[in-house]
Amino acid sequence: MEYIIIIISAVFVNNILLSQFLGVCPFLGVSKKVNTALGMSAAVTFVMALSTLVTYLLQYYVLVPLGIGFLQTVSFILVIAGLVQMVEIILKKISPALYQALGIFLPLITTNCCVLGVALLVVNNEFTFGGDPHMLNLGQSVVYAVASALGFGLAITLFAGIREQLDLNNVPKAFRGVPIALIVAGIMAMAFMGFSGIV
Amino acid sequence: MGKLKLIAEGIIKNNPTFVLILGMCPTLGTTTSAINGMGMGLATLFVLVLSNITISAIAKLIPEQVRIPSYIVVIAAFVTIVQLLLQAFLPSLYETLGLFIPLIVVNCIVLGRAEAYANKNSVIDSAFDGLGVGLGFTIALTILGFVRELLGSGSIFGWKFIDGDGILAFVLAPGAFIVLAYLIVLFRKVTAKKA
Repeated sequence: MEYIIIIISAVFVNNILLSQFLGVCPFLGVSKKVNTALGMSAAVTFVMALSTLVTYLLQYYVLVPLGIGFLQTVSFILVIAGLVQMVEIILKKISPALYQALGIFLPLITTNCCVLGVALLVVNNEFTFGGDPHMLNLGQSVVYAVASALGFGLAITLFAGIREQLDLNNVPKAFRGVPIALIVAGIMAMAFMGFSGIV
Repeated sequence: MGKLKLIAEGIIKNNPTFVLILGMCPTLGTTTSAINGMGMGLATLFVLVLSNITISAIAKLIPEQVRIPSYIVVIAAFVTIVQLLLQAFLPSLYETLGLFIPLIVVNCIVLGRAEAYANKNSVIDSAFDGLGVGLGFTIALTILGFVRELLGSGSIFGWKFIDGDGILAFVLAPGAFIVLAYLIVLFRKVTAKKA
C-alpha cells in the first residue's frame, strides 16, 4: 500500500518536473520529438534508480558514520558522474543496440538536476506525503526514484507530443521557440495541479 | 571600459535567463517572491565568480580529458561553502531555497561559463565575466520573483498591499512557467528595438 502511495504521489501529485521544477533543461531541450523524449526518459529512469541506490548507501554507510555530511554535495555529484560514465561503458559492451538508442542522452544526464535532486531529496527526508516529512528506507527510496523518473517521462513525452503539433501552427514571432513551450508547460502544470489532494 | 562591457554583456546580450535560457530549474523553482529570487541569484553569483576565478587560474594544469569532472569538483566545493554560510547566517533563506542550493552544482550556467569562458581567459576577465552573468541571472530572478509575488500574493518585497490572497496560481508551478514565458517575450521585444 505504501509503495502505491509513493508511486502515485511521485508520478502525478508531486510530479518532479511540473511541480518541483527539477530537470527543466532537458525538458525544454530534448522534447521536440516524441522518440527522443522517450529515449531520454528511459536513460533517466535507469540512471536515477541506480544513483539513488548508490547515494543512499553512501550517505548511511559512509558519510554519516564518518561524520562528514558536509561532503554530501561533492561526493554525490562525483558518484553520479562516475556512474553515468560506467553505465555508458558497460552498455557499449553488453548491449550496443540500447547504447545506440540511449547514447547521446547519457552524458547529458550528469548535469540533469533531477538525478542529483532526487538523490538529495531521499537522503534529506524531504519526501512528504500527507503533509508529514517521511523517512524512506532503501526499497522505498528506489521505488520513489523510479516513480519520479516515470513522472518525468510522462511529462516530457506528453509535452513532446504537443510540441510536434505546435510546429505546424503559426505562432507569433516573439513567442516562437521557448516562450510558447513554457506557456504549454504552464498549462500542463495547471492540469497536473488537478491531481493534488489525491494522496 | 573593457571590464564594464564584459558586465553589460552578461546582463543584456548574454543574459542567462532571457537569452540563453540556461539554469531553468532554480529560475522557476525559487522565484515565489522577489526576495527569494534575489537570494538564489546572489548565491549563484557568488559561486560563479569564485569558480570562474579558480578555474581560469588552474585551467592550464588540468589535462584536457578530465577537465569537466575537475570543474565540477571545484564548483561543488564552492557550493558547499555557500550552503554552510547560508545555514549559519541566513537560516530562513536556507530553509526556503532548500534543495536548490546544492543544485547550483548542476546549474548549467556555472559549468557553461567555466567551459566557454574561464578556461581560456585571464583571471581578472573571468572574474568580471562571472560578475556580469551572475548579475544578469540575479536581475532576471528578482524580476520574475517580483511579478509572481505581485500577482500571486499581492505584495511587493514582502510588503502586502491587498487584503486576503492574491491569484494563487502565480505562486504555484503554472505561474512560474507562464510569467517566465511572457518576460522572455518582453525582453525580446525591448532588445530587438534597440538593435
